[in-house]
Amino acid sequence: MNLVTDCLLPPPQGALLLAVIDWHAALFLLFALVACGAAVMVVLTDNVVRMALHLVLSLGATAGLFFLAGAEFVGSMQLMIYVGGTLVLLVFGVMLTAQTKLVALQTPPGDRVIAGILAAALLAVLVQSAVSIEPWRRPGRAEVQPPSATPLGMALVGVRVDSPAAESESRRRSGYLLPFEIVSVHLLVVLVGAAYLARAKRRRTPRPIDVVASADPPPPPQPGEPERREATSVLVGSGR
Amino acid sequence: MILAATGTIGVTHYLVVGAIMFTAGVVCMAVKRNALGVLMGIELVLNGANINFVAFGSSYLAGEGRPPLGLDGEVMALFVILLAAAEAAVALAITLNFYNNHGTVDVDRADDLRG
Repeated sequence: MNLVTDCLLPPPQGALLLAVIDWHAALFLLFALVACGAAVMVVLTDNVVRMALHLVLSLGATAGLFFLAGAEFVGSMQLMIYVGGTLVLLVFGVMLTAQTKLVALQTPPGDRVIAGILAAALLAVLVQSAVSIEPWRRPGRAEVQPPSATPLGMALVGVRVDSPAAESESRRRSGYLLPFEIVSVHLLVVLVGAAYLARAKRRRTPRPIDVVASADPPPPPQPGEPERREATSVLVGSGR
Repeated sequence: MILAATGTIGVTHYLVVGAIMFTAGVVCMAVKRNALGVLMGIELVLNGANINFVAFGSSYLAGEGRPPLGLDGEVMALFVILLAAAEAAVALAITLNFYNNHGTVDVDRADDLRG
């Protein structure tokens, strides 16, 4: 008996209660604790490498939560894109910018106190609104269909097959072909832009052949430029 | 113990997990001085929202009747994941550029445009 039917069975009597010890709830608790604990550790750690590690844990446990909620495709995409792609990108960023003084940038303690107060207020509001709605507390008894990515894929190309056929044409939910196209073009533009932004800088010093060809001494540099460069180097060297 | 107190898992439990991750991400964005730490906070915020989307779209968690979002929740979560990947790529490129120009990733030092 798989996990999904376990959690949807009516509450059994007596010894059967132990046999069907709510694996859904147990696994949910495991994944939720890992996700929340790792998320809090991301905040509390100052070392950026450990923050990346905790973020991996948190996002992976989130994928587990998606699987438990019956969103298999989203969960696998979370694992592939987030844990596999975005975090590798972040870890590369950490490696490329890792210097001993930058790995652990300390946060002032006053900022921590203010952030803690604000976080407690925000969390109280969010949890209060989550708990206060009565129908959200009841578990579902919806009919269980075998997991399939077909409705999702059909919705992405514009055809909804998940709404009941009895519904009128006006109430039927629409597909997602246009957002799908927009997102795909957006991804293309963003990746080209990222490659452009992160490209290797070209040197500004004139090549020797240009100096020889011009047969003149190179023109004096613009008055504003050398000072700015010196100021930058001083700023970097001082290391506040 | 907690299970006995809360009963069967419903949408509320997912919302609480999403709220904790969202709050952690907001604090991470506000507190971290490393630009990559701010990026990680953004990822946490997007994930907290994603948990809510999936929870509202799940037919296993909703009460009687159809789930409030249905398949729309899953599609929204997919779009959020894709846009987060794009955002991470651009933000990382900006961070690398900032590092190349200034030799640091401390966001407090990015004050060249201060008026």
